[in-house]
Amino acid sequence: MPTVAPLDLEGHCLIAAFLGTVPFFALADGSVHWLDHGKKSATIHDGLLCGAVDWQGRSLLTGGEDGKIVRTAEDGTSETLAENPGKWINCIAAGPRDSVAFSTGRSSVVRTADGTLAEFPEARTVEGLAFAPKGLRIAAARYNGLSLHWAGMKAQAVELEWKGAHNQVSFSPDGNYVVSSMQENALHGWRLGDGKHMRMSGYPAKVKSLSWSAKGKWLASSGAPAAVVWPFSGKDGPMGKAPLQLGTRGDCAVTCVACHPADDVVAIGYSDGMIQAARISDGKEAPLRRGGKGAISALQWNGKGLQLAFGAESGDCGIIDLTA
Amino acid sequence: MSEAFNPIPVTVLTGYLGSGKTTLLNRILSEDHGKRYAVIVNEFGEIGIDNDLIVESDEEIYEMNNGCVCCTVRGDLIRVVEGLMRRPGRFDAIVVETTGLADPAPVAQTFFMDDDVRQKTRLDAVVALVDAKHLPLRLKDSREAEDQIAFADVVLLNKTDLVGEEELSDRERAIRAINPSARIHRTERAGIALDDVLDRGAFDLQRALDNDPHFLDHDHPDHVCGPDCDHDHHDHDHDHDHHHAPADIHDATIQSISLRAGPLKPDRFFPWIQKTTQLDGPNILRLKGIIAFDNDDDRYVVQGIHMLVEGDHQRAWKPGEARESRIVFIGRDLDRDKLKRTFEACQA
Repeated sequence: MPTVAPLDLEGHCLIAAFLGTVPFFALADGSVHWLDHGKKSATIHDGLLCGAVDWQGRSLLTGGEDGKIVRTAEDGTSETLAENPGKWINCIAAGPRDSVAFSTGRSSVVRTADGTLAEFPEARTVEGLAFAPKGLRIAAARYNGLSLHWAGMKAQAVELEWKGAHNQVSFSPDGNYVVSSMQENALHGWRLGDGKHMRMSGYPAKVKSLSWSAKGKWLASSGAPAAVVWPFSGKDGPMGKAPLQLGTRGDCAVTCVACHPADDVVAIGYSDGMIQAARISDGKEAPLRRGGKGAISALQWNGKGLQLAFGAESGDCGIIDLTA
Repeated sequence: MSEAFNPIPVTVLTGYLGSGKTTLLNRILSEDHGKRYAVIVNEFGEIGIDNDLIVESDEEIYEMNNGCVCCTVRGDLIRVVEGLMRRPGRFDAIVVETTGLADPAPVAQTFFMDDDVRQKTRLDAVVALVDAKHLPLRLKDSREAEDQIAFADVVLLNKTDLVGEEELSDRERAIRAINPSARIHRTERAGIALDDVLDRGAFDLQRALDNDPHFLDHDHPDHVCGPDCDHDHHDHDHDHDHHHAPADIHDATIQSISLRAGPLKPDRFFPWIQKTTQLDGPNILRLKGIIAFDNDDDRYVVQGIHMLVEGDHQRAWKPGEARESRIVFIGRDLDRDKLKRTFEACQA
């Protein structure tokens, strides 16, 4: 079994990530903790709500209950990028060339590296945000569908409609598909070329974690006693195909998934704190952590795919080293 | 989860514009009661208290795609409650203030329909504030004002200083006609002991029954309110109007139907309640019942909102306690005769 270096923190961990080679953990109370020649910490928000790692993997972008959007660099220094006093920053997404998108209430905002803000009012509250892999384009998840906006262009928004509440959104790495997770325990996908719908249902619980495999052939998801992995390699995506179910356990739910950066392997975190890795090709499982105090709430591989940072709702975080 | 977890109680404050919600909220936040509240409001508005835990949120009504036409939830509450519950040490309870025109059903349903919210919180009580002076007008021009009363576990008949005793009795009769099981308190400037409003367990029918053994009796002609009745007794002139036929309120479109029967057969009752709530769900605002089952020594309690129904065994019938089944429907356009006939047909 690989070695686990535990890091016991107080509070619900929302983000575990590597900035450069330094593991970072961000908690709901607004504190960040990192391991760089010893354990260090700082408070960056009065209440953290959301976060994302920038595209270079060098800084962490976070939004909080304090209305701030903060960038924290790998040396632990942080700067406030924007501020909306009195508003919760519900969603954040990292984009190309150091851009960031965030949302508060019924509005999404794209901030480019020079500090310019472009605001997109939405008809309903934004529940999820994602950047497309190419171009300065965002998707906002909302009630009854998604709204796609080009930042920096006076183009009409593209509205993708599907009845129901959409809570999260993610583009496939090739940009051909966009997928949302819904209030009613299902995923919904659109093929962007022709707007064709894809319904992915059958989950016993809400899907809160989505992760695309390295080459975008697979989409792994939580919300079931197994990691549910949908095939996206054919021209119709997952339509008419059954998903794979990896790491099935009878008594526990999968709460978090993270695909390996190079190989078709998924790291799977469970409600009891257990973590295992499963290979997509044959479903073979390798246990990485036996269990812990609470559900796994954050998982991320380092760039080389040899270390896995994890966080839990109960604060028992750590690093799993596969080279040991 | 390895840790024991007590669900956080949630109180929902409803009431028409000007009924005194903000006054009550300010009291909840400023009085020295040793408890900390997280408050979810639609607009910061006139809340004069500086509290880190006042969260502004846009009311978002989400219909659920589950084939149930009246299943709606407050999407913003799901998100805010989830956020708050990631740092549970900061507060002891949550108060949700709704807008004056809000339909209370989606708020209440959120606490039953969303698994995450349901796991971490429990709906404690729906409290409706009513402006004593303007109630007749409200009932005439607003369906929402009526809904708020129908939904309430606790009604504050507020601004009593603006009307006379006769009008107050009249208002109480009007409220009672809409909702026979709510507890009514007369207040001035929302002045009420906060433990009459907060942490009541009123929505939890089991606890409501423990607190008030005659919970569903107050509308019954044989019932005489005694010291063990946990309803409004601070006013000894209170004449228990609700023992008599409900007032003839021309403007009320909501009716309440109280039914009684002997012990029921479970294999008749469950299909009946399912079918009734499926068919009449959109018209049923609340239902509450205590059911005696044939050959069952435990009382069964049931409650519902629209098409959602929940029930469980509560406790053993006490010796000497009449084993009878009682159920109250509060709603619009309900067919009393049909409900009575079909309910009675469930008898063993």
